Amino acid sequence: MLRTANISYRIGKKKILNGITAEFKPGEFNMILGPNGSGKSTFLKIFSGEIQGYEGSVFYNEDNISILKKEELAKYRAVMSQQPELSFPLMVEEVVMMGRYPHFTFSPGAKDEAICREVMEQMNLLAFKERNYLTLSGGEKQRVQYARVLTQIWNRPVSGYRYLFLDEPLTSLDINYQQEFLRIAQAFKKEDTILVAVMHDINLATQYSDKIFFMKEGNLVAHGHPADILSESLLEEVFSIKASIISNPVTHTPLVIYTNAASV
Amino acid sequence: MLIALMVIVITCAIMFGAVHVSPPDMYLSLKHFFNGQNPANIYEGVFIQLRLPRVLLCAITGAILAVSGVLMQGLFRNPIVEPGLVGTSAGAALGASIVFVMAPAFSLSLKSFMGPLLVPVVAFAGALLATYMVYSLAKNAKRISIMSLLLIGIAVNAVCLSGTGFMSYIARDPQARSITFWNLGTFSGASWQQVFIVGTVAAVIFILALRYAKQLNTLLLGEEEATYLGVNPDKLKRRIMLLNTAMVSVATAFVGVISFMGLIVPHVLRLLIGSDNKKLLPASMILGATLLVLADLCARLLLAPAEVPIGIITSLVGAPVFIILLKRFNLVQHQGGYNA
Repeated sequence: MLRTANISYRIGKKKILNGITAEFKPGEFNMILGPNGSGKSTFLKIFSGEIQGYEGSVFYNEDNISILKKEELAKYRAVMSQQPELSFPLMVEEVVMMGRYPHFTFSPGAKDEAICREVMEQMNLLAFKERNYLTLSGGEKQRVQYARVLTQIWNRPVSGYRYLFLDEPLTSLDINYQQEFLRIAQAFKKEDTILVAVMHDINLATQYSDKIFFMKEGNLVAHGHPADILSESLLEEVFSIKASIISNPVTHTPLVIYTNAASV
Repeated sequence: MLIALMVIVITCAIMFGAVHVSPPDMYLSLKHFFNGQNPANIYEGVFIQLRLPRVLLCAITGAILAVSGVLMQGLFRNPIVEPGLVGTSAGAALGASIVFVMAPAFSLSLKSFMGPLLVPVVAFAGALLATYMVYSLAKNAKRISIMSLLLIGIAVNAVCLSGTGFMSYIARDPQARSITFWNLGTFSGASWQQVFIVGTVAAVIFILALRYAKQLNTLLLGEEEATYLGVNPDKLKRRIMLLNTAMVSVATAFVGVISFMGLIVPHVLRLLIGSDNKKLLPASMILGATLLVLADLCARLLLAPAEVPIGIITSLVGAPVFIILLKRFNLVQHQGGYNA
């Protein structure tokens, strides 16, 4: 389980996060939604261990993150951030192999090679493996990064959970890959994985998530199962939009239809 | 293949020069040397006391500059960085020029006490001091921003350059010539003692640098990703800076300023074998050594028996090569330029 207790964070005088307490359980697909600048990415970076100097605490399965070693954490916690760029050319397979770096000392073992192959195969990347990463399109780069992140925690640790955090993972992807990304993540959640994603698309979120966390201006406004909490008034409160909610005829999950922008 | 090239170039470099040394002479000379005998003739003497230490020092220095280029470019995530950028060479140059100008005037006793090590020791101190200044000024609340490191590097370099300029201005003619020569680099003073000092430092640091190759790779993805892969970017930056400063300072202290080596070698290799530091670091040692030995060979042969300062050769050849690389392969654009 991942738990945050009363997380506050400010940059200078500006308050970015305002006392966020949340629980993310294994076996659930947790998604964080909110308008730009609501602090969702900052929140993710804090419980990922990237941002320091916040108030409050983050617990990985009862261990405060501050006592966990970065090198150890990297063996079971992987993070996909927004649009990472490479500063120099590398081959696709070299980038994917970086996901195994926390697991070996100098040269990758047979197991590391096998995992990279398996993940690249699943992501349809084998044909790309010797291409220069810098020459790929935005969506292709994103698939490579996703593959790298997945190889990092491909095997379940001997004890404890795996943690997979995704920060707006679908930004420049084609629709089929958006679904593919979420399906792969869903497969992870079944096996002792704590899964949190910052998302933009409300309808993808209602379709795939087990729990949605709505954030606005650094506060956690609402959280729970999408069918339980999603309402037209909540959407207006969080996003300032007029929307109607109907039932998706195929998946029977809530489907949001935007009707008219509210005059703010 | 690179290793074969290096062996050929080094053998040629040992054979040719103002005095030609043939392979049998080399063999006899080595035999006499290891038997504790004096060289039998002038050829053997040239080989063992001048040519061999010179070529070795040159190879080690070339390797140091190239490796340092790889480390710096990886650290700054920027393809246009070279080792001199953080003040190391400029600081060394200022130190050396102060010795050239002041030493004869003030402290004959100091000079006789330190002997031939006076210039290297002060240059080394200057290099360390300048680099430390850049580093500590760029440090902001425990974090080191790459951008401020670059900018403050430029500022400190400018201060050191103007100091060196002032020294040449007030210097008498022979001293001014010494400063000029030193700023262009030379291996004419190579000795076994220097080979030993620079070689030991280089060996230790190369081994350490290889151990950081994997961590340095993660930095290619940016500091945030490196953190997620279990690397502490700030700690890594401090260590790489320390290694880089130590080896460039030592090499520069003995041979003077040699530009462009640290810039060209990593780029050529990136085009040939990619940017994985595990391959890039060893390859750059070999190519750096080969190219600098070749440059020194040219420096000795072009105006033989006189010598051209090696820095003139490296800049004259290096700069056009660099421009061709930039134009042809569009390095800056493809590699992201500034995303510090």
